Parts: sequence; C-alpha cells; structure tokens
Amino acid sequence: MVLDNISFTIDEGDILGIIGPNGAGKTTLFSCMLGLLDDYTGTIKILGDDIKKKNGKVFKSIGYIPQKKTIEQNFPATVEEIVSLGITTIGKTSKEKIALALETVDLLAQKDRRVGELSGGQQQRVLIAKAMVNNPKLLILDEPVTGIDLEMQNRFYSLLKKLNQENKITIIWASHDLDAVNRLATSVACINRSMFFHGKAYEFFENPDLLKAYSESSMQAHMHLHNHTHRG
Amino acid sequence: MILEVLEFGFMQRALIAGVSVAITSSVIGLFLVLRRNSLFGDALSHAAFGGIAIGLATNIYPLWTGLTLSILGALGITKLRQYAKIPADATVAILLSSGLALGILLISLSGGFTLDLFSFLFGSIMLVSVEDTLAILAMTGIILSIIILLYRQLMYITFDEEQARVSGLPISKLNYLFIILASVAVIVSMRLVGILLVSSLLVIPNVTALLFNKGFRKTALISILISIFSVVTGISISYAANLAPAGTIVLVSTTVFLTVLAARYYSKKKQVVKKLEEARS
Repeated sequence: MVLDNISFTIDEGDILGIIGPNGAGKTTLFSCMLGLLDDYTGTIKILGDDIKKKNGKVFKSIGYIPQKKTIEQNFPATVEEIVSLGITTIGKTSKEKIALALETVDLLAQKDRRVGELSGGQQQRVLIAKAMVNNPKLLILDEPVTGIDLEMQNRFYSLLKKLNQENKITIIWASHDLDAVNRLATSVACINRSMFFHGKAYEFFENPDLLKAYSESSMQAHMHLHNHTHRG
Repeated sequence: MILEVLEFGFMQRALIAGVSVAITSSVIGLFLVLRRNSLFGDALSHAAFGGIAIGLATNIYPLWTGLTLSILGALGITKLRQYAKIPADATVAILLSSGLALGILLISLSGGFTLDLFSFLFGSIMLVSVEDTLAILAMTGIILSIIILLYRQLMYITFDEEQARVSGLPISKLNYLFIILASVAVIVSMRLVGILLVSSLLVIPNVTALLFNKGFRKTALISILISIFSVVTGISISYAANLAPAGTIVLVSTTVFLTVLAARYYSKKKQVVKKLEEARS
C-alpha cells in the first residue's frame, strides 16, 4: 500500500503546502486527486464533486503543473500554441486570454518562440501560463521547481503568491522546500505514506517537536532510499 | 506540353486524387511521427492488404474490406498495448506481419497474384476512375474536417497525454477516433503509392517539415506543401520519363528531405564559423 489514512480539506483561497520526503507518496496522492488513479477507497471531493465521477466541469476548473520534466526540444510548437492548449472553449477572446496569461508569467515577448528552445525555468512558466489561461479555481503543482536555478525559483514563488492574492486561485502545492512552504503556505499537510500533520502552517513551523519528527522521518526515508540504491 | 497533358482525363484525376492524398497523409502523419508511431501506417496498410485479399476472394469492393480489417486490427493492437502492456513497436510488428500473412494465404488459395492486387501493392494513380477520385475527395474532406475540428485536442494529447487527461479530455475516445482516421488515410493513400510505400507519404514530408524548426501550424503547412510538391512533381516526372509513379513520388520526397537536411547542416556550420570570427575580432 503506497498511501494510507490520508484526510484533509482545503478552504477556498488557501495555499496548502504538501510536504514529505522522497517516496512519501505525494505524486500518487496527486494522481488520485486528478483522476489519473482511481484504485483507492474513500472519497476525494474537489469543488464539491467526487473526482471519481469524472465531471468534466470540475477538471476544467483545475490547473495542473506536473513535476518538472523537460519539454522535448524538437516538439514543433510555439509558446503561444502550448498556452492555447489550456483553453477549453475557443472564442474571440482566446488571443487576449493567452496574452494575459503570458504577461502574468513574464513571457509575452517570447510568444512566437519554439517552446523547446526555452530554458527549463521558462518552460515551467509556459506550463503555468497554460494551467492558468482558463482561469482555474484550483491550481495543483507537483514539486514545480525541481531542477530550476535559485533566481527562477524565487520568481516562481512570487508568481504563486500573485496568482493566489490577485487572481484568487486556491493552490495545492507539493514541495521539498520547507523554507518556501513556510513563507507562502497558509496551511500544511505533512505526509509520509500516511498523514502525520494537517493544520495551519504556523502551527507546524512553530512546533519544534513536529519539525524534529519531520526531519527524522525525512532522514529515515533518505537512508531507506540510499540503502535501496546501493543494494540495487 | 504540360497543358496538353492536363487535358487528359486520367492526368486530371491523378493530380486531383494525388493532391488530396498528399494533404491527408501529411496531416495524419504529423501526429504519428510526433507520437513516435511512424511505422503505425505501415502496420495499417499491411492489415489492409489482408482485407483487400478477402475482398478480391469474395468479390466485395476490396477498399471496404481493406478499411474494415485495417480499423479492426488497429483497434485490436491498441487494446493489446493497454491491457497486455506489450511495447508499441512489438504490436506494430504483430499487426504488420499478421495482415501480410493473411493476404499471402488468401492469394495462394485463390491461385496467385492478379493485376488488381498488384495495383494495390504498388499503387496505380494513373488508373484512378472518376468514382475512385470522388471517393478519395470525400474521404479527404471527412478526415480534414474532423482534424480541423479536433486539432487542439489531438495536439494536446500528442504534446502530453497525462496533462491532456487531467484537463478533462476524453483521451480513449480521441485515440480511437484518430486510429480510425489514420486507417482511412492509409486506405486513401494506397491508391496513390500502394501498400508498400504508404508510410513514406505519412513520414517523409513531416520529418522534412520538422527540420524547419517552426511551430505546430507552420510545420503542418510546410509538410502539406512538401507533400503536394512531391506528388505533383513525381507524377509529372513519371509520365514524362515513363517511370513507376509511386517510386518516383517517394524518391522526390526523399530528395527534398536530403536537400533540406544538407541546407540546414550548411546554415548551422555557417553560423558557427560566423560566431567564431566575431569572437576573434
């Protein structure tokens, strides 16, 4: 069993940081939340709807940014074309929506460039623009800054804050970066195969016992991974 | 002389059918190439070969039996990929060889190759009838209308299937629809270049267009233009020099590919030399 005993809620307008060591099951949890996996017991409700019902309207209200993966360099699509994929209904305003999304991620000047030519950080921002072009109510991000340099990471976090505060988008965000979660998240869910904390961010970060328990569990997971790698 | 040739009904039909096939095959082929499924067209055409042999043996219009078997085979291997987790290239090999084997078996039972069968194997663009031309035009119209309508959805699946699924697109239905469209495109293209060379029309113009490093729409447009150029030039050369049209069309498109590849190589080399000179001065 990859995950057990996971239960949490998120209020509209919140930023929920999901933290946990490598192999804790964060990506599996997201796969369940996004309807990619439905081999679980219990219920996941997003915007009031059971995700297993595969209600298209709910999926259209979710923007998803996967764990950083490189876009194939030779894929023949411009930045504008990739962002347009996020639009569910094409109309007269599509061009304006795309321009607005690209402006938000500071990539409007690059709209005619091929997406494969951009740097890793820029590609990630293109995916954010694609995720938000349809004005989602909920943004789900799976460790979105892995492999991106520090300056780009900080720009990315500022962008998240802007999306949450100005565009009123609720955000669920998996991260390794405790510092960033401390700065941005309003609530925290801490998982390692099962959930061992869910509550307000300050309750977690101001509790030395919880922080100690988290770092010990991360260390154990790291050792476990290390041993596996060596045995393999 | 060119205008005189165009007065011949067979040449008019060949060019109309040829241009239709050029457009259809390059549009469908772009998605196949980008999904790393270039040989899927080959598998479909070989499955169609089995179907055509059934049609010829049973006196049913062979294009319909070919189309039916090609669609059934394609849907079958898609299911096989999903449920038995067999690698994509292995399923292509299964469909390709099974279709060919069925065709060979039926031909041997019915007493050997016929002229009809040869025309399906190697194409017979100069022999297309008015009915064939109309059928090709109708099928081209249907394929293009659906692709234009679902262009963004198909591009999304090609770009990233997982993200497309999360956005609420009905991935399985779209994939099955695409397979049916690809089967129809293969059947349409067979008239032009034959079963054995179908995948060249699907693949070569698209691989050439990708060398231009453009966006999706422009790449599709460049591929269509290369495909039309190859077909029209191939038909013209084959008529003037009395060569086999299918082989000539494919070799023209290969020549275009090699020319663009060489031009790209030299332009890159020139850029490097220029940068080095700038750095020195």
